[in-house]
Amino acid sequence: MDMSYTPEQIAFRDEVRAWIAKALPEHLRCKAENGGHFELEEILEWHKILAAKGWAAPHWPQEVGGTGWDVAQRHIFGEELVRANAPTLSPFGLTMVGPLIIQFGTDEQKKRFLPKILSGDEIWCQGYSEPNAGSDLASLQLRADKEGDDYILNGQKTWTTYAQHADWIFVLARTSPTAKPQEGISFLLADIRNTPGIEVKPFLTTGGTPAFSETWFDNARIPQANRVGPENKGWTMAKALLGHERTSIGGVADSARWLGVIRRIARDARMGGKPLMEDAAFRRRLAKIEIRYRTVGMANMRTLAAAQLGHAPGPESSILKIVGTELQQEATELAMDALGHNALGWFDSPTDAMPEYQLWLASNFNYLRAATIYGGSNEIQKNIISKMILGLPQA
Amino acid sequence: MNFELTEEQTMMADAVKKFVVNASPVTRFRALRGTEVGWDRKAWATMGEQGWLAVAFPEAHGGYGGGFIDNALILEQLGHSLVPEPYIPSVVLAGGLISRLGNTAQIETFLAPMLEGRTSLALAYAEKQSRYDLADCETTATKSGGSYVLRGTKVWVLNGHAADAIVVVARTSGASRDRGGLSLFLVDGDAPGLRRLRVHGMDGQSTALLEFAGVEVGADRLLGNEGSALEALEWAIDRGAAAACAEAQGQLSELFTRTIDYIKQRRQFGRPIGAFQVLQHRAADMFAEVELCKGMMILAALQVENADADTRKAAISSAKVQLQTGGWLVQESAVQLFGGIAITDEQDIGLFFKRVRVLQGLFGDADYHVDRYQSLPSFEGEAA
Repeated sequence: MDMSYTPEQIAFRDEVRAWIAKALPEHLRCKAENGGHFELEEILEWHKILAAKGWAAPHWPQEVGGTGWDVAQRHIFGEELVRANAPTLSPFGLTMVGPLIIQFGTDEQKKRFLPKILSGDEIWCQGYSEPNAGSDLASLQLRADKEGDDYILNGQKTWTTYAQHADWIFVLARTSPTAKPQEGISFLLADIRNTPGIEVKPFLTTGGTPAFSETWFDNARIPQANRVGPENKGWTMAKALLGHERTSIGGVADSARWLGVIRRIARDARMGGKPLMEDAAFRRRLAKIEIRYRTVGMANMRTLAAAQLGHAPGPESSILKIVGTELQQEATELAMDALGHNALGWFDSPTDAMPEYQLWLASNFNYLRAATIYGGSNEIQKNIISKMILGLPQA
Repeated sequence: MNFELTEEQTMMADAVKKFVVNASPVTRFRALRGTEVGWDRKAWATMGEQGWLAVAFPEAHGGYGGGFIDNALILEQLGHSLVPEPYIPSVVLAGGLISRLGNTAQIETFLAPMLEGRTSLALAYAEKQSRYDLADCETTATKSGGSYVLRGTKVWVLNGHAADAIVVVARTSGASRDRGGLSLFLVDGDAPGLRRLRVHGMDGQSTALLEFAGVEVGADRLLGNEGSALEALEWAIDRGAAAACAEAQGQLSELFTRTIDYIKQRRQFGRPIGAFQVLQHRAADMFAEVELCKGMMILAALQVENADADTRKAAISSAKVQLQTGGWLVQESAVQLFGGIAITDEQDIGLFFKRVRVLQGLFGDADYHVDRYQSLPSFEGEAA
């Protein structure tokens, strides 16, 4: 057993680190360091820099624009991006629909969609959840009825992040209303800008940011050629993808960043006339959360090392989603507590009493409540563990 | 980065597992519980013959040149059936110190026969008032001519009742809790002036209270340099903590798998209780914490050998905290999900529960290790 990186991996890390330091625009770095909310244009600015270098989609196969890096290299790259305070790229094209098209799409679909996902020229959003299909996603009701060479879409999607900026939306839609819930679903791609009958209504999150929206479909007509994979097999394909999503949204590296933020606050904030960092009770709280971070990080490393040897992420990856998102939340909770009453402001009214890096804290604290809900709520993850790993009888 | 076992390690772990299943099921522990020695010298000799006691010691000391991870893999297997032989006190604590500090004669006299399973050892460090402060030592060793005279009382000496020789921490100078002035002595188990009182732990294993009423040892029994033992002692107790994580992993794994099996079979309200979501989610939490404990057990076993003491301490403290927080969730949930039967002595669940709690309380509990973690210089740093 060996916990350290090989000399080659260290050389790779140094190369990546040096490049990011040079390539990442200062205004983006600064905003990320302060936890600021990124506008889509800002994310795209960084996306295009990465794409020009050929590093926008490290996890894609090399022949469609991936880097050819192994698991460890991709992990190192991801860690370095967070460490350098780079904005996180939008996952909907690169991480979600891209890999699905690569795996199940036709040659035409690959040629049509992949290059523009990679370059950032086309923005994607996700149409999975519906008002009445959240954790029970398979009960989704968006209808796709066949008419000639087309599907006619009717219904509503919600949590369609960035839909107001998107060019395309991928949806799970019901193509066979009589089949079992999981078996009548297809995976479809719709031009969200130019298809008559699609309407997008953005809404604010409690974090005060307009990332989300609802998307309505009223007799929206899309060609059948925009179906990925066989009809009625959309559920199976989407589920395969969720496995990938879960391993990446544990956000272990983000928690490391939060620990840095907490220390920064604790050195500035006062408690009884002294820096909070000198307060014994606070130090123990910080120690406990940092120990939890090390514990989750170790589980993450074991999963990675297994993946490096070619073992697919099993249902075990579910524990990373659970404990990783809980940790992220605990970190923001401690950051809020560390700041005391100064944590209670809002980013739209900066004052001298609140340095930039503290301004966005309450927004992040609120927004990150979503971490235990999205990507399959943590309760759903526990259902998956009890069924898939523990083999417990189902009610 | 690689957490796979080598072929040798896999073979060794399989061999220990076979021994545990065939020759040392929990019933053997039950039979030995409360007896004079509490463990079996023949089983200990078998472990010696198999090389399990020697595996991690340097070849020059009669070992096989393995790493602490080998000790950890063995202890994990032994933990599965509560094997009561004194692996931690003999191999990990006293054996480690003798190998690190001993001269040729001491290694030959005290370490070599233990590696073969012919003798066993103990480390006497804790005192009634010391809690987990290793420098809080009131036992004294006074120079008298060419020898030392030891006076004081040690508690919770694992295997202290049966050990052939005991490494004793005593103060040769300074006041209690001074970091300097501690020395280590090799004392025979039957030394005149040594009174050994067997004390049962709540886990059913035997420990000892040792009274040193003027025990005289020669200068050749001084282990390492006089007055500067603390650093080595901290290292040895960190080894103990890593060993506790490893042994407890076996028990946590039993608590977990036995609970899952039980809730699949136990029927109430016309269905297996494992079909109730409230229990399923608790079972999933147990699964997560067992996995997290496993990772930290590995981290502890690897980092206990780190030459940088602060890096070692940060890792060991983290692992020990996880053992007591995550481990506690596993052990208390096991008892809760088993229900009333779990608090009967005939059910093994209670035995595992108690042993894990003892291992959590040895070598620094969670409060101690959280405090030690925040006192390390690295804690002030920019990020984790």
